[in-house]
Amino acid sequence: MSGRDLKAAYDVVIVGAGPAGLAAASETARAGLDALLVDENAGPGGQIYRGITTTPVCNRSILGNDYWSGRALVDEARTSGATIVQNATVWSLDRDLQLGISISGVSRLLKARRVVIATGAMERPFPIPGWTLPGVMTAGAAQTMLKSSGLLPAGKTVVAGTGPLLLLLAAQMLRAGAAIDAILDTTPSGNLMKAAPRVAGFALSPLLKKGWTLKREVERQVRVVRHVTSLAADGDDALRSVTYAARGDATATIPADTLLLHQGVVPHTNLAMAAGVAHEWDVRQHCWCPALQGDGRSSVEGIFVAGDGAGIAGAAAAEWRGRLAGMAVARDLGRAVPDAQGIRQRLQREERARPFLDTLFDPPKAMRVPVDEAIVCRCEEVTAGEVRAAARLGCTGPNQLKAFTRAGMGPCQGRMCGLTLTELIADTNDMTPAAVGHLRVRPPVKPISLSELAGMPFEDAAVKAVARG
Amino acid sequence: MFKRLPEAAAKPVRFEVDGRTIEARFGDSIAAALLAAGISPTRLSAVSQSPRAPYCMMGVCFECIVTVDGVANRQGCLVQVRDGMRVETIRGKREVGA
Repeated sequence: MSGRDLKAAYDVVIVGAGPAGLAAASETARAGLDALLVDENAGPGGQIYRGITTTPVCNRSILGNDYWSGRALVDEARTSGATIVQNATVWSLDRDLQLGISISGVSRLLKARRVVIATGAMERPFPIPGWTLPGVMTAGAAQTMLKSSGLLPAGKTVVAGTGPLLLLLAAQMLRAGAAIDAILDTTPSGNLMKAAPRVAGFALSPLLKKGWTLKREVERQVRVVRHVTSLAADGDDALRSVTYAARGDATATIPADTLLLHQGVVPHTNLAMAAGVAHEWDVRQHCWCPALQGDGRSSVEGIFVAGDGAGIAGAAAAEWRGRLAGMAVARDLGRAVPDAQGIRQRLQREERARPFLDTLFDPPKAMRVPVDEAIVCRCEEVTAGEVRAAARLGCTGPNQLKAFTRAGMGPCQGRMCGLTLTELIADTNDMTPAAVGHLRVRPPVKPISLSELAGMPFEDAAVKAVARG
Repeated sequence: MFKRLPEAAAKPVRFEVDGRTIEARFGDSIAAALLAAGISPTRLSAVSQSPRAPYCMMGVCFECIVTVDGVANRQGCLVQVRDGMRVETIRGKREVGA
C-alpha cells in the first residue's frame, strides 16, 4: 500500500496500533464507521505487543502470557472492518482534523471527522554522563530487539534504573538465555515508605502477585545493587565500563559492553502537542499529560487521546481507554454503541493501582535533573551545565532556550530532552515545571523530504494561492 | 554486541552497508541488522562527529538514522531490510552537494 491508496476522507483516523489504537479501531469499525488505523511500525501491537504476529521467539514462556494476550486484540481489529495500514507515519495533524500521512515515501493529506491519538508511551529520558556512547541503550530497545528479531545482548551486560518494566525485561532476557552481570537499582530508599499508604488500590490488582514473582525470579539470578545514587557510562568510541555509587558507599566501576537504561515511561506527546491539544504537568509522573475528559476527549474539538499517551496506566488500561474513546467517537457520529459501564469499572481498577506504582518507582531527581557534564540534548549535544548557565542568565523556558543553546532543535524534535529541559530550568530558577512550560512542537512531527511534500496532490485553489501566472 | 536466539533462524536477507554485504534475518529493522552484525558506531554525530549507535529502537531518538537507497536521514529502526538494499552510514554533518 502507498499513500496513493488512501481515501481523501475517513469517519475516524486512529494513530498507533498498540492496545489503545487496536481497541479504538475495533469499536469504531464495529459501530459501522469508516475507520483508518495507521501505525509507523512494520506490524501491529505497539511497543508492548511488538512483533506479536511475527516474533521469532516461539517459546511462549520467554515473553510471558501478558505479551501473548495481545494477539486477541490484533485479531479483533483485523476482523472489525477497520482499514489497518502499517509503515505509515503521521507527520501532521491540525485543528481542522487534516492529517499528513507518509507511506513508502508517498504522502497524502486526508480529512477525518474524528481522530484518536494512540501514540502510546516512550521511555523517560535518562541523561547520565556517557549515555550517547554506542553500547548504551534503553531497556525497551533491548526488549524490542528480543521481541522482533530474537536478538539478545552478548558480552557483559548491565541493567540500570527503576520501574516495573526493568524487572520484566530482565526476566525475559534471563529466560531467553542472556547473562546479566548486574542490576543497578536507582529506586530511592524512601520510596517504599512513601508508597505504603497507597497500597490499597494496588493490592486489589493482579499486578501485586505478578510483580512479586518477577522480582524473586530476577533476584535469584542476578546481583542487584540497591539505592544507586550516581551513574555514568565510560568509554571513548564505545561503552567500556559503568561507574556508580550506592548510598553510603564509595564509587565502583564495572566493565560493560551493554548498558540498558530505564526509569519508567512517559506519554509520547509530540503529535497531540503539534495538534494544539492542551497538556498539563503531572506532578506524580514528572511528565506532560494531555488534559482530557473521561472518554479521552481533548481540548481540540474532534481529537481524542487514548492509551498511555493519555497518562501512563499500562497495557490493560490502554485497551479500556481505547474502547471508551472509540465508543465516544461512534456516539458523536450518531452510531449506537454498547453500554460502557463494565469497561469504565475495569479501567478504574487499573488506574487505582497507579499511585502506588508511581510512588514506589518514582525516579530519583538526580537521574532526571543530571550533573553538569551530562549531555541533555543528544542531537545538538547540549549539556546540563549549558542549560543551567542559560537559565541563570534569565532564560525562562525551553522555547527561549533554543535561541540560547539549540537544545531541542535536532532531528528528534525534543523527544529525548524536552522533559529534562523543563525540569532543569525549573530546578535552576526555583520554578514549577508547569510554570516553565514545554517545547512547542510543530508539524512535521516526523521528517519528510521536500520532494515528498512537493509530490502531494493539491487542489487547484491551493496551487493558485501560491503560484504565479 | 548481540547474539541471535537459535530459534530465530530464518530466511537470510542480504543488503549492503557502505559497500559491504551484510546478512540479516528477514523481518529485521536496519538498526537491528547493523547491531546484530556488530557494526559500531553506526553514525558520527553532526555536531562533534562523536560515535553513536541505535538507542531507543522505537522511532523516538533518531540515533539510528542512515541513508537508505539514496534517501538521507531515514530512521533505521523503522525500516525493514530488503534484499539488495543499499544503506550508507552518516559521518558527521552533510556537506553541500554531497
